[in-house]
Order: sequence, then C-alpha cells, then structure tokens
Amino acid sequence: MALPTHIGSEPTSHSRQPVYALVGNPNCGKSTLFNALTGLKQKVGNYPGVTVEKKIGTSYSQHGQPMTIIDLPGAYSLAARSPDEAVTRDVLLGRRTDTPQPDRILCVVDANNLERNLYLVHQILDLGRPVILILNMMDVARKAGIDIRSARLERELGIPVIPCEAIKGKGLVPLRLAMSRPDLPLSKHAWDVPAAIAPAVSELQASLTDNDGKSPFTARAEALLLLTDQNSVHVAGSAPLKPRTTEILDHWQKRWAGEGMDWAEALVSSRYDVIGKLCADTVIESPVQNGPSASDKIDTVVTHPVWGWFVLGSIMTVIFLSIFTFAEYPMNWIDDHTAALADWVKGSMSPGDLRDLITDGAIAGVGGVVIFLPQILILFFFIGLLEGTGYMARAAFIMDRLMSRVGLNGKSFIPMLSSYACAIPGIMATRTIEDHKDRLVTILVAPLMSCSARLPVYLLMIAALIPGESVPVLTKVGIMMMMYFFGTAGAFGFAWLFKRTLLKGEPPLMIMELPPYRMPGTLDVARHMVERAWLFLKRAGTIILGISIILWFLAAYPKAPEGALPTEQLAQSYAGQAGHFIEPAIKPLGFDWQIGIGLITSFAAREVFVSTMSVVFNAEDDGEDTTPLRYALTSAKWPDGRPLFTPLVCFTLMIFYVFAMQCVATVAVVRRETNSWRWPLFQIGYMTGTAWILSFIVYQAGTALGF
Amino acid sequence: MADLVRLSELPVGSQATIREFVGTNSAPLRLREMGMLVGTGLTFVRKAPLGDPLEIKVRGYRLTLRKTEAENIMVEPTE
Repeated sequence: MALPTHIGSEPTSHSRQPVYALVGNPNCGKSTLFNALTGLKQKVGNYPGVTVEKKIGTSYSQHGQPMTIIDLPGAYSLAARSPDEAVTRDVLLGRRTDTPQPDRILCVVDANNLERNLYLVHQILDLGRPVILILNMMDVARKAGIDIRSARLERELGIPVIPCEAIKGKGLVPLRLAMSRPDLPLSKHAWDVPAAIAPAVSELQASLTDNDGKSPFTARAEALLLLTDQNSVHVAGSAPLKPRTTEILDHWQKRWAGEGMDWAEALVSSRYDVIGKLCADTVIESPVQNGPSASDKIDTVVTHPVWGWFVLGSIMTVIFLSIFTFAEYPMNWIDDHTAALADWVKGSMSPGDLRDLITDGAIAGVGGVVIFLPQILILFFFIGLLEGTGYMARAAFIMDRLMSRVGLNGKSFIPMLSSYACAIPGIMATRTIEDHKDRLVTILVAPLMSCSARLPVYLLMIAALIPGESVPVLTKVGIMMMMYFFGTAGAFGFAWLFKRTLLKGEPPLMIMELPPYRMPGTLDVARHMVERAWLFLKRAGTIILGISIILWFLAAYPKAPEGALPTEQLAQSYAGQAGHFIEPAIKPLGFDWQIGIGLITSFAAREVFVSTMSVVFNAEDDGEDTTPLRYALTSAKWPDGRPLFTPLVCFTLMIFYVFAMQCVATVAVVRRETNSWRWPLFQIGYMTGTAWILSFIVYQAGTALGF
Repeated sequence: MADLVRLSELPVGSQATIREFVGTNSAPLRLREMGMLVGTGLTFVRKAPLGDPLEIKVRGYRLTLRKTEAENIMVEPTE
C-alpha cells in the first residue's frame, strides 16, 4: 500500500513536539497509563465551552525528546453519546480549534475484553494516522485464561502492538521505544465499507476533501461517522461543516430512511466481522477456566436482592460517617487558624478600613473557601475508590429502577446522595453522568438535599421552637427527619418536573458496562482526590472569595459612629438596610427585617445565619452552645410587642432553609460546571421561589389554624 | 427456526442468540456498537434487585440494559 507522505489536515512542523492522543474505552486502564507515562508533568483544565476535562501531559522518548500526550476522555465509539465522547471524536478528527489534531494515536485496550475494545480501535484506524496499540492488563487476562498473540496481531494490523501492565509499570519501555520511532507505519488493515452505504461514503468523502479541506483519510472516517450519526452529541467549540457537505448528508439520510435501510446493523456488523476474524487468529482462550470468577462471586452478593441493599447501605454509611467525623477535625483546624491569623493581623496592623478588609473580608473569605476542602477530599477519596474498584457501576445498577421513576438513571444516585453532606462535591461528582440533560437536572436539584450547613440552622430553630430547658431527643430527631424528608421529596419532585418540561429528552438508556472488580492503584485514587480539590479551588475559589468580600462590605459599611455596639453597626449597615428593604417581601412569611439580615448573610454559607442572629440580637456567641442565643431569640419581639420567634415562625424558617438557594459556593460551582450563569440563576430563582411559596403557605395556614 | 422470545422474557441464567431487533425505533446504535448484533450469543445473568435493569453477558463482558430496551430484542434460546 502506498503510504501518503503527508498526513493530516495541518502541517506537521518539525519545530513542534509530536502530539500523541491517548484513547480507549472506559475502564481500560487508560488513566493509569497516562499517569505512568507523564508522572507529575500534567495539566488539567477544561475544553472551552464544555465541561469535559482536558488532560495534557508531557512524556519523554527513549532519547529524551519531549512528547505531548493528550489524555482523551474514555469512549466506546466515535459515534458520540456523551459530551466526553464528543470531545474525543472532535479532537481526533481535528474539529476543535483549541486542540491540535494529534499526530499519532495511542490506543489502549483491555486485553480481557479485546473484541469489544477493538471496535473503537477499528474506527480509529480509519483516520489514517499512525497508531500504537497497547494491550493493557495482560496479567489479569492471563489469569483468566486469555492469551493474546501480540506478534501475530502486530503482523495482521501492521502497527506496533505492545503488551503492557500499566498499574505495575510493565511494558512502558517498549512503549516509549515505539513512540520514539520517527517512522511509525500506517496500518495496512483494510476493510470494505458495506456495499449498501459505499456510494454515499465516497460522495461525502469527496465533498469533505474538496469543501471542508480534510485529508482523504480523515474525510473517509468522518464520512462514515456523519452518515451513521444517530442523534449524535454536538458540543461547543467544534468547527461546523460546509453547506454542500450537509446537503449530501441530508440527501442520503433521507433516502435511507425512506428505504428503511438498517445502516447501523450493516456498518457495525461489518466492523465486528473484521474484528472477529482478527480475534480468532490472535486470542487463545484456554478451557482451564471453569466455575465463576472472583468478580462473579462478589456480584452474587453485591447485586443480591437482599444483600445488595445491605452492602450499598453499609458503604454509604461508612462514607457519611467518615465525612462527618474526619472532616470535622480539619474543618475546625481551618476555622481556628483563619481566626488566629485574622487576630494576628488585627494585632499587628493599625486599626482602619484596610485592616478590616484584610481580616474580616479577605482572610475570612479564604477561610470560607478552604473550609470545603476536607469534605471534598474525603468524598472524592471514596468516589475514586468506588470508581476504581468497579462498585460505582453496581450502585447505579441497583438504584436505576428508583431513579428512573423521576426520569433519571442510576448514575445520578451517588451525586445526589453526596449532596446530603455538601452539594459542592455532589455537583462536582455529576461528571460521571454521560447524558447532558440528566446531568443538568441532577445539578439543579442536588442543593435541595439538606446539606450539613443547614444543620446548625435546623438545630437552632428546633431549640427555639420547643420551650423548656432541654429538648427531648426524639422530638429533635423527628423534626430533623422531617426537614430531610422535605428536601429529598423536593429534589425528586423537581427532577421529575424538569425531566418532563424544561429538559425533556429521549428516555435515558441504561446501556452500561459492569467492569470486573479491580484493586485501584493508590496513586490513581490520590491523584483523583487532589485534582478535584484543585479544580474546586481554581474554579470556584475566586467567585466565593469575591462574594464573601462583598458580603463583608455590606455588613461593615456604612460605619456606625465610634463606640457603637456590633448590633447597632449591623442594623445601620447596607445589610441592615437590605433587611429593611426586603421586609415587605418576607413579612407574609412571618419574618421581620432582622431575620431578613440573616437570610442575606446566609449567602456566604447557610450556617452564617446562626452567627448573624447572635450579632443581630446581641447574644454572646459561644460557638457550639446556642443557649444564650436561644434565650435572646425567645425574647425578640416585633415593634408592637408580639414575640418574633413563635414556634410557627421557627418552623416556617426551617422550611425556607430546606428549599432556598442560599449558598454562594454552590452557585459558583454550578456556574463552572454548567459553563453559564443561566443555570445557577435559574436555580436561585426556582429554589428561592419555592421556598417563599411553601413558607407562605405554611405560615398563613398555620396562622389561620391558630398556631 | 425455533421460537423467538423477547430478551426481557428470558429466564435468568439462560443463554440465547440475538435474532432480530423489533419496535418502532430499531435498536439504538450504541447497543450494536457494544457488540449486540444479530447472531451474537448472550447469557442473561440477572435482574437488578428491583427487577430492572437487566444484566447480560455478551462477548465476554457484562452489560446492563433496561427492560424497555430488552423488549425490542428477539432472541432464540439456546441449550
């Protein structure tokens, strides 16, 4: 076969270091290999316009030459079904302006599952770029009685085939050697496009070469993809096609639809035919393997109709207990140290606006960002573990039926559950949901799950609600459970509503692989954790810090005359004025302007309500002990002498906190994860609107009933 | 040809060969790409604890799909 001397749609300049793309199915060990190849030389970011992670690293050839490696998101096929897969497709086809089209492609396949993994490889070979095939997890395959004659596979495909065990670092030297070769051969693999679709492919290929400026190979691969594009996912940032190409495309798709042609079966099965022949020649399955594998044995328990729930419940309990117990120490530490730092600055600077800005604005704001890290780290440690072992897919499998009641699928379960601890890591965890609309719905409803920041508010209100020295534990727990129930019901209710109206989509599929159980690499889990924490700091940190400073400013200015009490200062500040300003809106809920101040400052974080109330009602802030504040609240009155915090008002206030969107950190994360201000603003609107309406109903009905 | 049944009606633990995709919108492309083609053999491994989705073994790996999808796949049970 005559090899083209020049490949690709853009000139390969010799001054630029070679760009490798790393591609493979999910669960094939691609990330482990990427980490092994690039070590700490990695940059994690986002593809502009989409929330898909962009990972680029640098590796060195055997001769010490630097090579760029783009770790593309895991994909089963180039006919994309998720934003992740769409990015992989677009980068490989050179459609993205923000990423160079890779010069060479590293295809990682799971040796245990060669046949299905080769489907993507087969599509990629069509691109006409040099490909190196990496057979990962050879050790696991051998144990399962699968042996792959890699030399034979290499001969048949005509490209380097390298057996590898990425997790142990085996096979990296031969891989680097292959990557260092200046002259990688192109695959001599040839396959015939099924006769039924061949004319369309050649016509489209010609147009793509002539009108869209694609190289012949890329054009053929793209023609095959375009023709078989079934509601394929399109993402921002990829270049559109020329009108002539679109015309040809429409023509053929209409014609096939008219003829009732099953092009999918024709195309996919012709690929699998080729793959089947390859596998027949190269894969030797020894019959020694008898009886169920270890993975099968685990699954009989883990997905058992009874034990399955027990396992799921136990794992979730462990995760929650860990978050609540282990996160508390570092969170207290951060709290104490930011306070100590602020005190130190206060002591060493002369009083003034600048000092207050640094201590009460900046330091407190940074503390407010960092305080989320322990929870994020712990949650993502567990999520990394769940994903790495393969349990995540089982949890989705078990929960799918329940989640499907509201139109979501099992993959939304972990993010929603995580939101009971904190919506921020929960929302960040939605990246495992492939379907864009499902992911968005999950993000929109996640903050309704009562997070741990609402706890102090609930506790204070329950304490103020029930007269008497000590609150019976059962009553406390009962009311608390009620709030968690309302939040959860709200989340599912709104998910149901959004899936039916705003984000109506195809009935979601649950075509999901259940990967064999594996021991995840410690380094991979640790890296996953640190990456998440870093992404949070980088993406949401600045927004949270900015808004915290604004909120501080609102409470600190204008300055009260010298010697005024903190209560007086707050009352006449912008925040106090805002409290007065919103009073007409919250009066029907039984709240006055002083509570209004609390609602506003809660935007920094919901638990700030408690400390704000301490300042507003001039109660000693004793940290954990809310008794003084509780007394202050019970003696608070409206101007006409009626008590302010009646049991009904306390209850209404709790309802308001269940539903209202009052957390700038969550807003910031939603902004980053959805890439626009539209969704976070919508979220603030619908949640706070619901909170107002429900509080109104509760308060007015309660008043009418004489509570 | 032996009697065809819907994949969703297959008894747990049994094996079968895919014979036909039915229904208004024929099987989604992704199902085929995952290796479920006419003539492919599969084992129905189990149902999820709540009865849906289903877990099948196909081409040496495990795949889940919902009952509504399985209803459109006609299979021929094998011994």
